[in-house]
Amino acid sequence: MKTLSIILGVATIVASNLPVLAASVPPPGAASCSGCHSAGAAASVSRLYGRDAGEIVTAMTGFRDGSVPSTVMARIAKGFTDDELRAIAAWLAAQK
Amino acid sequence: MGISHRISRRKFLGTSAAAATALTFPLPAFAQAAARVVVIGGGFGGASCARALKQIDPKLQVTLVEPNKTFTACPFSNNVIAGLRSIEEQQFGYDKIAAGGVTVVAQAATGVDNAARTVTLADGTSLGYDRLVLSPGVDLRFDVLQGYDEAAAAKMPHAWKAGEQTLLLRKQLEAMDDGGVVVISAPANPFRCPPGPYERACLIAHYLKTKKPRSKLLILDAKDTFSKQRLFQNAWKELYPGMVEWVSLSQGGKVNAVDPATNTLITDFGNHTAKVANVIPPQRAGRIATSAGATDNTGWCAIDPVTFESKSAPNIHVIGDACLAGAMPKSAFSANSQAKVCAAAIATLLSGGTPTAPKLINTCYSLAAPGYGISVAGVYQPKNGVLADVEGAGGVSPADVPREFRAREADYAQSWFATITAEVFG
Ligand SMILES: Cc1cc2nc3c(=O)[nH]c(=O)nc-3n(C[C@H](O)[C@H](O)[C@H](O)COP(=O)(O)OP(=O)(O)OC[C@H]3O[C@@H](n4cnc5c(N)ncnc54)[C@H](O)[C@@H]3O)c2cc1C
Repeated sequence: MKTLSIILGVATIVASNLPVLAASVPPPGAASCSGCHSAGAAASVSRLYGRDAGEIVTAMTGFRDGSVPSTVMARIAKGFTDDELRAIAAWLAAQK
Repeated sequence: MGISHRISRRKFLGTSAAAATALTFPLPAFAQAAARVVVIGGGFGGASCARALKQIDPKLQVTLVEPNKTFTACPFSNNVIAGLRSIEEQQFGYDKIAAGGVTVVAQAATGVDNAARTVTLADGTSLGYDRLVLSPGVDLRFDVLQGYDEAAAAKMPHAWKAGEQTLLLRKQLEAMDDGGVVVISAPANPFRCPPGPYERACLIAHYLKTKKPRSKLLILDAKDTFSKQRLFQNAWKELYPGMVEWVSLSQGGKVNAVDPATNTLITDFGNHTAKVANVIPPQRAGRIATSAGATDNTGWCAIDPVTFESKSAPNIHVIGDACLAGAMPKSAFSANSQAKVCAAAIATLLSGGTPTAPKLINTCYSLAAPGYGISVAGVYQPKNGVLADVEGAGGVSPADVPREFRAREADYAQSWFATITAEVFG
């Protein structure tokens, strides 16, 4: 909760200066996801845009600690902190 | 070059000459008029970046400069060489990108004057910019391996830019008699697609095993180690026993010269004559990067890891294979990740903000055979002025897993090609 309010706080400051961009500039790491997880993907690869943020965070933390088996996602999830994953998930959830 | 008459973008689009004259002076970034971003190179990096810029800030005037009407993608082109895929499945156009509001100019950029902030095009006209993005990919070096020039490449294909060269290598393999020796010469680092030569070896071996089983494949390498090495070597043993031989740098694998008349590759340790010779020469950033003052003495472009702005040419950003991206490999996945980070940084800079440190991801799949995929992944962030691996993340597919795991990675590879090309061109 504390982290979330910090993230939102930053977003508000940025938003007041740059109204257009704050909505669309993705947090660190988020822009890379669509390379695999977008329109045209195989049925076995999840779409992420518009997906519930909580589900994305749960999946990523599961990949990271190995409780959810994966091929490549564990190797990627290990590169992100909880705060980063939450920010990425929130941004992905807000995309169309 | 003849008399170069400079025109503004607005005249280029066909409005009045008077307005055009007024606009030939460089626009400051904070002017009321929309900022102009020119992107050179409509491949994985450049096309991604042009689109991302327009998506982030639809008011930007984005121009994509690319001479080819059709882009032929390298990823999965090794499947074309092995007869598993058609070249048409590798080809994409720019109509959708143009429909999204990007001005697509079907010309080569021939020069950059960064002081005047203009790009000269092949027809002598020029485009002004506030920020310039370079994603020209690689130039193959025809000045390093003795005897390997453009004419030699028509005999000993590199097939490291997809298209005619891919089909030439394919035809040579088809024409070869059973029992022939195929030689691949792999360059030292850095080069486009580090696992590419070894995936190619696998898929050519797959073709030979199926159609010409008495043939052999020899890899002459200018390195002692390579990407996904253990996985590739296991696959050679498991899938193509006795067929593939890898000669490392220390075993005399480095090719110094070639003789196209006899299809001979020359190393310090001896000569190898091939029935089919695939020479992948050393590379450098596409030459427009040098005209822009963005290359260093290595032939590549040093960049700021937050914005991808050139270390030597302010206002010019370099992404994709042409840039020195630290730990990130030269891949289409990397180029696309970098393009999106660079676009966001440019939009932020143009609106007076300060870009924050990004994180980037790369995942490269290779096929050891149809239905047998392996991958390498990494997560990267700026550290000490370069893009460095995030420790604890990344790495290659596990060595000892059931074939079902390899099959899933092969599916993900196909899926990735579909999504990335849809995002970039679709
Ligand atoms: C055999 C092979 C297999 C590969 N497999 C994979 C894979 O599985 N996964 C992966 O991620 N990557 C793979 N790659 C690597 C991938 O192709 C490159 O890393 C990627 O294309 C780099 O993108 P780029 O934008 O830097 O260059 P490119 O995609 O090459 O685009 C450069 C563009 O710039 C244009 N250009 C150059 N100069 C000018 C100029 N002066 N004016 C205007 N336009 C210009 C060119 O015409 C070209 O269209 C593979 C490469 C090869 C060779």
